[in-house]
Amino acid sequence: MKWLMRSLLVLLAVLMNAMSLSAPALAQDKSIVVASTTSTQDSGLFGYLLPIFKEKTGIEVKVLAQGTGQALDTARRCDADVVFVHAKSAEEKFLAEGYGVKRYPVMYNDFILIGPESDPAGIRGKDILTALQTIKAKAAPFISRGDRSGTNIAELALWKEAGINIESDKGPWYKEIGQGMGAALNTASASNAYVLSDRGTWLAFQNRGDLAILVEGDKRLFNQYGVMLVAPAKCPNVKKDFGQQFIDWLVSPEGQKVIAGYKINGQQLFYPNANDPNG
Amino acid sequence: MLRGHRKCVGTDHGEYLRDFADISIPGSNGRMNDFADALYTAASLIGHFDAELREIVSLSLGVSLVASFCAFLLGAPLGTALAVYRFRAKAALIVIANALLGLPPVVVGLVVYLLLSRSGPLGSFGILFTPTAMVIAQALLGFPIVIALVHRMMVDVWAAYGDALLVDGASRLRAIFSVMLIGREGLLTAFLAAFGRAIAEVGAILIVGGNIRGYTRTMTTAIALETSKGALSFALALGIILIILSMAVSGLSLFFGRALTGR
Repeated sequence: MKWLMRSLLVLLAVLMNAMSLSAPALAQDKSIVVASTTSTQDSGLFGYLLPIFKEKTGIEVKVLAQGTGQALDTARRCDADVVFVHAKSAEEKFLAEGYGVKRYPVMYNDFILIGPESDPAGIRGKDILTALQTIKAKAAPFISRGDRSGTNIAELALWKEAGINIESDKGPWYKEIGQGMGAALNTASASNAYVLSDRGTWLAFQNRGDLAILVEGDKRLFNQYGVMLVAPAKCPNVKKDFGQQFIDWLVSPEGQKVIAGYKINGQQLFYPNANDPNG
Repeated sequence: MLRGHRKCVGTDHGEYLRDFADISIPGSNGRMNDFADALYTAASLIGHFDAELREIVSLSLGVSLVASFCAFLLGAPLGTALAVYRFRAKAALIVIANALLGLPPVVVGLVVYLLLSRSGPLGSFGILFTPTAMVIAQALLGFPIVIALVHRMMVDVWAAYGDALLVDGASRLRAIFSVMLIGREGLLTAFLAAFGRAIAEVGAILIVGGNIRGYTRTMTTAIALETSKGALSFALALGIILIILSMAVSGLSLFFGRALTGR
């Protein structure tokens, strides 16, 4: 049986070798893991921004595109070095728990209410609170992310502000799909429903069908992004130097200029505001 | 749909789209042409086959092949042993292996994630969100498939040859190897079944790999991503390439399998 064991060992060694080949980035470990939101990835911002950052610093940024809630949880488990999300209340809770070092405002854009071009509920151009009240009154189909993402948190806050307790008042018209922004837009597109989206994902989205922007420009629809280094005190494995370098670059004049320069069809997706004390 | 693609030039599609962003299909109008668009896009993608697509394809193949090899190396002897040995818990083990055939990839992904997470028991290895983590998850998925299939086939081989092997004076341990050799054609089927499961699944590797561009993005996670961006025919085109790859692997395996068995 000796030869059998020996050949098995050789085969295993070959396999291990093949594995290290398939993981070239393991060798050069100048990299960080950034837990972020689907909107920053689906809108293409990271695809545009990260190569520029890498060219400058040589640091490879590995992006996990999750919802804000999931991204913060990933960081709480110490599986990320930096979080880049958009739900200020959740971020401040994260800081208060001691998981984050400091929160830096980075950029903003806005949420928009999307719906069928024909607008069966008749909400076009109204303010967001009236629009939501009308959707509820007419029981018009509405897709909710239902995944504790930044957009979902914003949506729930808007229902509350509109005086609607969505937990008790929702009916079959209100569907929580528990998925990312793109999936929510696909669902809305297929079922001609209303949906709250961030503008970046919408601009990059290609399966619009009959959907259009119906409500925008309301100041309640402001969408602020923030970035935080995961606290080395809680997570000793955090690559704090590389992570802080990424954060410093994002909020530097140079990084802010790159963010402002990202456009789709000539439309700017994100507006830098690192110096905004209220951001 | 390529009208849509043109809009998206410069976004996270990566290089593989930029190259043919200006291609438009004659007579293409509206959503009805998703399938035609997908076929056309798939052909263009294969024609160009640029660096990013090559990386995604080789990671898919590499991870799934290594994972199914690992599952096979452990599972095949165990499945054969289940056919050869007689012991009290045997029936229970067989039932468990068969039940695990229906193991949802997302559950395997979650378990591996919790084990490999920095705050989990194996966190110190730091292999979460790496291709290694993906191999582990897919190997776990393939393992029960190999055991169940190999056991099923080796039961027949053992019924036919078992007595003769034992009479010849072989121990049961040694007989495992002889039985595997006799039934080697069936082993290939078990390997291909494990590979098929691995190359096709997205639930586990999405969780433990993280779909990181240029690092842990595979065919299936790229398809999920493109779908979420609304690039449906582009996602379908990647799916077509995945099917072609899968056919190539099973074709090659059957070819080598024939050479091996001399038929």
